[in-house]
Amino acid sequence: MISLRHITVQAGGFQLRDLSMEIPTGSHTALMGRTGSGKTTLLEGICGLRSIRSGSIWIGDREVTNLPPGQRGIGFVPQDGALFDHLTVRQHLEFALEVRGWAPERRETRSRELAEWLGLTPLMNRLPAGMSGGERQRVALGRALAFHPPVLCLDEPLSALDDQTRGEIVAVLTEIRNRTGITILHITHNRSEAERLADRILHLRDGRLES
Amino acid sequence: MAGVDSVNPSSLQSSDPSVASAPAKALVAPADRRFLAALILLGGTYVVLLLAMVAADLFYTTPGHLWRALGSPEIQYAIRLSLLSCTLTTLLSLWVAVPIGYLMARFEFPGRAILDALLDIPIVLPPLVIGLSLLILFQTAPLRALETVFPVTYAVPSVILAQFMVACAFAVRTLRTTFAQINPRQEQVAMTLGCNRAQAFWRVVLPAARPGILTAATLAWARALGEFGPILVFSGATRMKTEVLPTTVFLELSVGRLEAAVAVSLLMMASAVVALFLVRAWGGAGLGGGTPLRHP
Repeated sequence: MISLRHITVQAGGFQLRDLSMEIPTGSHTALMGRTGSGKTTLLEGICGLRSIRSGSIWIGDREVTNLPPGQRGIGFVPQDGALFDHLTVRQHLEFALEVRGWAPERRETRSRELAEWLGLTPLMNRLPAGMSGGERQRVALGRALAFHPPVLCLDEPLSALDDQTRGEIVAVLTEIRNRTGITILHITHNRSEAERLADRILHLRDGRLES
Repeated sequence: MAGVDSVNPSSLQSSDPSVASAPAKALVAPADRRFLAALILLGGTYVVLLLAMVAADLFYTTPGHLWRALGSPEIQYAIRLSLLSCTLTTLLSLWVAVPIGYLMARFEFPGRAILDALLDIPIVLPPLVIGLSLLILFQTAPLRALETVFPVTYAVPSVILAQFMVACAFAVRTLRTTFAQINPRQEQVAMTLGCNRAQAFWRVVLPAARPGILTAATLAWARALGEFGPILVFSGATRMKTEVLPTTVFLELSVGRLEAAVAVSLLMMASAVVALFLVRAWGGAGLGGGTPLRHP
C-alpha cells in the first residue's frame, strides 16, 4: 500500500498542497491530469527525487518520507525510459542488484529470468542505441523490477509508442501485475490506456486529487 | 559560446533514422542560388585567407629548416617542456573542470550567476593580463613564503600555472555543456535503483560524459600549447628553462631566424590540426560544431 498523508510538494513556483491518498497493495492505479497539473512532480515526491515540504509518505507500514530514493523500494520507469547509453541490456537488468551487492550468480539468475519473461533474451548484449521504443520500455521495466520492489511507478510509459507496441507493453504490464502482485502507480493522460490497465483512476485537477 | 546550438551528436539519437542523417540535398531555386553564392563568396574569403596562410608557411620552409630546428637542443627542450606542461595542465584542468561543470549543470545555488560570469573571465581577459595578475599574486606575502620552498615564478611550475589558468576555463565551458546535455533522469533512475548521488555520478554520469571529457581534454591541451602571453610575463623566456614552443617562435623571431620560427610554427599548427580532428571525432561537445540545421 502507498499512503500519502497531507503532503505538500514544491516544484519551482508550483506547489501541490495537502494531498492525501491511499493506493491499496496490488492495485494498478492510474493518475490522470492535464500537462502541467503536477502528476510528475507528485511521482517524483513519492520516489524521493523531490523533497516533501510537509506531510508523510508510507509504503506498507514503513514511513519513507525522508528515506533516500534507493531505500524506498520503488521501481521507477520515467517517460523516455532514461536507459544508460553505455550499458548493455544485461547490465541494465543487473544494475540495481550490483549496487545492492548481490553475488554474481544470483544476479545472473535474476537477469536471465527477467530477460526471458520480458522477451529480452536475444538482446542481452546489446546497447540501447538502435533499440525500438518497445524494447527500450521493456529494458526500463526489467531494470526497475530487478530488485523485487513492492511498488512500481510509471511515468507515461506508453506515450511515445506506436499502437502496436503500445498493445505489447500493455500486455507486459498486465503480466507483471498478475505475476508479482506489485502495486502500480501509473501516470497517463490517455483515458483508454488508464481504463484498460488500471482498476482505479485518480485525477489531479487544480492541485487536488479526485477519484 | 556554449549555447543551445552546441549539441553533442551522441545525444541526438532518434528513433527515426531519417532525422539523424545528413540533410537531404534540396533543389535550389535560381533566386536562392544568388543568395547562396553571396554566402559562399563572403565566407569563402576567410577560408581562402586561412588556407593561404598555412600554404605560405609551408612554402617558406624546407625539410632542411624543419630538420635543423628539430635538431637544436633548445628547441628539443621546448618541445619536451611543451608536451609535459600541456599534459599536466590538461590533467589539472579536468580535475577541476569536471566538478565545476557538474555542479554548474545540476545545482541551483546562491551566487550561481556570478560564478558563471567569473568562470568566463579567463576566456575574455587578455592573456597578458592573466600573466601580470599571476605575477602580482605571487608577490603577496603568503605566496612569496611558498616560493622560498617551492619556486614558481620564472620556473617550470609557473608555465603550468599560466597555461592552467586559461586552459581550464575552456575545459569548464565544455564540460558544463556536456553535463547539461546528459538527461538528469538517468541519475534519478540510478538513485531509485539504490545508488547514492556519488554512485550515480560514477556509474552513470561520468561514462555518459566520456566524449565531452575527451573533448575538454583536447581543447585544454591545444589551448595550453598555444599559450604565450601569460608565460612570457609570469615565467620569462629563458632558454632551456621556461622555454615552450610559442616562446621559441618569439625568441627565434626576435633574433631574426625566421626559418626556425616558421618551422616551429608548423609543428604547432600540425599539433593543433590533430587536436581539432580528435575533438571532432569525439563529438565536439560544447564547441557548437558538427550539427547542421535541418529542414523540418
